Amino acid sequence: MTYVITKPCIGTKDNSCVEVCPVDCIHPRPDEPGYEEVEHLHIDPEQCIDCDACVEACPVDACFAEDQVPTEYARYTQVNAAYFAQ
Amino acid sequence: VPSLGTDKQPLRVAIVGSGPSGFYAAGHLLNSRSHPDLRVEVDVFDRLPTPWGLVRGGVAPDHPNIKAVSRVYEKIARHSGFRFYGNVEYGRDVGYDDLHTHHHAVIYAVGARTDRRLGIPGEDLPGSWPATELVGWYNGHPDYRHLEFDFSCPRAVVIGNGNVAADVARMLTLPHAELAQTDVAEHALAALAESRIEEVVVLGRRGPAQAAFTNPELLELGAITDVDVVVDPRDVELDPLSREWLETGAAGTVARKNIEILQEYASRGPQGKRRRIVLRFLVSPIALLGDKRVEGIRICRNELRDEGGSLRACSTDATETIDCGVVFRSIGYRGVLLEGLPFDERTGTVPNEEGRVVGEDATRRRGDYVVGWIKRGPTGIIGTNKRDAQQTIDALLADLQAGDIVAPAEPSREALEELLAERSPDHVTYAGWEAIDRREREAGEPYGRPRIKLTTTEELLDAARERVG
Repeated sequence: MTYVITKPCIGTKDNSCVEVCPVDCIHPRPDEPGYEEVEHLHIDPEQCIDCDACVEACPVDACFAEDQVPTEYARYTQVNAAYFAQ
Repeated sequence: VPSLGTDKQPLRVAIVGSGPSGFYAAGHLLNSRSHPDLRVEVDVFDRLPTPWGLVRGGVAPDHPNIKAVSRVYEKIARHSGFRFYGNVEYGRDVGYDDLHTHHHAVIYAVGARTDRRLGIPGEDLPGSWPATELVGWYNGHPDYRHLEFDFSCPRAVVIGNGNVAADVARMLTLPHAELAQTDVAEHALAALAESRIEEVVVLGRRGPAQAAFTNPELLELGAITDVDVVVDPRDVELDPLSREWLETGAAGTVARKNIEILQEYASRGPQGKRRRIVLRFLVSPIALLGDKRVEGIRICRNELRDEGGSLRACSTDATETIDCGVVFRSIGYRGVLLEGLPFDERTGTVPNEEGRVVGEDATRRRGDYVVGWIKRGPTGIIGTNKRDAQQTIDALLADLQAGDIVAPAEPSREALEELLAERSPDHVTYAGWEAIDRREREAGEPYGRPRIKLTTTEELLDAARERVG
């Protein structure tokens, strides 16, 4: 499985998830190129260990386990994966 | 200290404990984003021959994806400034003064070694266990491998409503075939194969809205092969206080989602599967019953009261008795006193400000820092320790910047290793751990298991020595 960052992150990019992700799989970090440009953060599905840390940390409830993503945000699963496929 | 943190004079830091908080502290020091040119030597000590703390000894065997977090720690360990000294116990093999003789700073990352007690009659009857001992036992921790649990009774009771309680309920009900694909300790696999437990009752002191399970752990309980999860519909009808709490948003998403999950469980009804997990809420144990060993548990019904904004469980006169042959209490871990450090008996932690140890007289203990559970208490998940460690390392590096670091008598790794050769000739280096790791993985391979753990100190030391031959 993986976790997915969805729409509520847009305009928020709070980074709490980056601070707690135990495997550093959320990008871009504030110190990485492209941070200012992206609308929201992304979880690398190849690296995510499904630990739930981002869900607990997120102040705007943007993170979901892949099988719990609300239907209206379904496309974000693909959007997260595509960011790392570049 | 001028020019500390350079090639000529690296900053030397000892970390006591190699669990997640210790490793994140090491990682933040060795790959500091704020001080990219800092030269650091990090010496990590563990009382066990193996690293990774609760990732090896706590995370349930059927959670291999979570254990994959260790790849991050392996990467940290490959840094040239990193050394591991396993089978070296703080307070036995090395003491406070030893570490401060050879390091500029010492970070205690020892976690919380013991459990909290219930304080009720019968707690010490045979058959009454801290969940921590069961967890250590099924994970092959050398301290617990000799324990003998009796699973010959049809019902077990687990006291607590957190993820450890969920782990225990799952481990007691997982089908043998699934458990046999994990890295569960061999002795536990054999003993659990003979288990006659049919039902595990999990007791929560407060209501379903206050349960401390994370969503995935609670979801998992409802998805175990051939196990019914049973919730009384009356238990998930929320009391007015809890409903208000949920609706005002004072409760987080996790609590709201937990309620949804539990309401779905309540609607399922039993399906006659091989085993059952029964989740009970608003009940507290008042006594363990039995003559020579546990035969039952008396519980009382609780009600929630609003006390200054937080909902407290208060006991009522309604009681009942549940027959059971074994009880696991999972109501929290607790830290223990460490040589040379102040200790807060109430919280079971080392008093600190942002990770800087603070003595009894409220003055700073220069050179002493804490991370993880011994710093903030036994809460949070693995990732919580990453942010926690960042705070401590930020404090340490700010102290370095401010020159607020005491110069040790002999800040040299050679001198430390001379001491270890004398005090602890059987210590295990990182290469020794890699030999253990290789041996365990190879042993598991023919059976399609991730590893078969070595579970005695002797076996582990033998495997660690093998690399030399």
